[in-house]
Amino acid sequence: MKETSRLGLLLLLAPILLWLACLVILPHIDMLIISLRTRVAARVYEPSFNNYIEFFTEPLYWNTFARTAIMSVTATMMTLMIAFPVSFYIAKMLRGRIKNFLFMLCLIPFWVSELVRTFGWMILLRETGVVSNALQWLGLVDGPVEMLYNDAAIMVGLVYTSMLFMVVPLVTVLDSLDDSLIEAGYDLGGNGFTVTREIVIPHAMPGIASGCVVVFMLTLGNYLTPTLLGGKESLWFTEQIYNQFITRFNWELGSAFGFLLLVLSSVIVWLGLRLSGQTLSQAIR
Amino acid sequence: MIPSIPQPKAFRGFYAAYVSIFFIYLIAPLVVVAVFAFNDSLFPSLPWNGFTLDWFINDTEPRLGLFQDHALTESIGTSAIVAFWVTVLAVSAGTCNAFLFEREKFPFKDLLYILMLAPLVIPGVILGISILVFSNSIINWVEAFSGIEIDALRPGLALVVVGQFAFITTIVTLVVSARLRKFDSTLEEAALNLGATRLVAIRTITLPYLKPALFGAAIVTFLMSFENFNTTLMLVGSDAPLTIEMYDRLREGSTPVLNAVSILLMVGSGILALLSIFVQRDRNKP
Repeated sequence: MKETSRLGLLLLLAPILLWLACLVILPHIDMLIISLRTRVAARVYEPSFNNYIEFFTEPLYWNTFARTAIMSVTATMMTLMIAFPVSFYIAKMLRGRIKNFLFMLCLIPFWVSELVRTFGWMILLRETGVVSNALQWLGLVDGPVEMLYNDAAIMVGLVYTSMLFMVVPLVTVLDSLDDSLIEAGYDLGGNGFTVTREIVIPHAMPGIASGCVVVFMLTLGNYLTPTLLGGKESLWFTEQIYNQFITRFNWELGSAFGFLLLVLSSVIVWLGLRLSGQTLSQAIR
Repeated sequence: MIPSIPQPKAFRGFYAAYVSIFFIYLIAPLVVVAVFAFNDSLFPSLPWNGFTLDWFINDTEPRLGLFQDHALTESIGTSAIVAFWVTVLAVSAGTCNAFLFEREKFPFKDLLYILMLAPLVIPGVILGISILVFSNSIINWVEAFSGIEIDALRPGLALVVVGQFAFITTIVTLVVSARLRKFDSTLEEAALNLGATRLVAIRTITLPYLKPALFGAAIVTFLMSFENFNTTLMLVGSDAPLTIEMYDRLREGSTPVLNAVSILLMVGSGILALLSIFVQRDRNKP
């Protein structure tokens, strides 16, 4: 293939440079600068670390941050635990048409808006909802039960929303595991537990890592599910960012929050990739 | 474990039951959303009061149906316009990027590739606020230097398009690159040998080959834009796209008209999903 002319290269470079500079790099630098200043009078600003100091000294902000991180890690782990057996079943126990059908079924939530999915959980879990009525009908409870607006409801919604991003990489990686390796493990005296630990999980590690990284990122940055299923008490960090920006109009503090969330997300993603020995481009593919 | 390894019957039964429960969990929320669109009640909850189509067609308050509720129909139109522009822009830019990364050699290519992936790793809310902050800074700078106010950069649909474009372009780039990588470049060389100019060769040989990928990417882009919430929330002005309108109503508690909208969304994305599978099936035939 002949090299394109210099002009052609420049023409191809122009859109990506414009895009990355104007919409990704400069906005984040600007956000960092704004987070490092404080307002002393109308339209007068001074450089300072006040916003970050405020974050670390105000327990509400700090707790919300830690809570969001811990709940995101928990949701990621739960998604992995629930998805792994299902992915193994689809990849290894099933063949042919039914396998393809169930795999496609796992993809459905991707095609349906997150708003609709969350709405579905609201109808199921609310006081007058389906689950509450079913429990009453079964005689397990006496009156209506409110199952919305607590941490368990947030968790159910987060795990549900993330499931697809875990199942797809897991099924792909488990599909590539040769059945004879599992059989060999049994021939050599292994049982279900040791074969899973020594053969299946090491083989699936790349899929587990990329699934966990993507799910964690999406959960941490989620706004809809915690606010709708958790109600006023949801205390999710993206909600704090929204409040600072839109409700309180304190862009300086909001920018600092945004930056902290970005750092947290990047650090955990980097750690996850480090532990599993993968690069970002491998994980996204 | 696997079919060739004998397992106790109880274990197999238990495993199959677990997978079945999983799929019930997967489908249940979607089914209830659809079913309650036809409930003859003012709230999307039990008890079941009988079947009705009011939530689609009725034209009087408080039982305003979807097709009569102008706030909703307008927001669907708004979303469609936004999604159209995001699709046009992201598919064009993404295709350029694919050619750049698959065909060209230039310094700092690896660095640029990592930067290109970055928008996927940045949470949508943060992408939204950073663009909001930056566009506001631009307005202030321009105003300070020339006294002109650029209203287009205030929160509104233009910013929403820009914000969604910022991360969807990465996805288009990945999809189109994957297809371009499989392209047999001797075909293009043959065209060049036969006297075509480079642009003609790309237009008549390469782009038709890329068509399934471009079409598939366009469908995914349209859908992602239509359903985007996080980035949109931060950049939206007075015209609300559908997701924002639905969110506001969901928080306040709404009539089952939202279930009707949800059905419309599910049917719409179902059609798009089938379309994209159809396109991908074509892709297997060379």
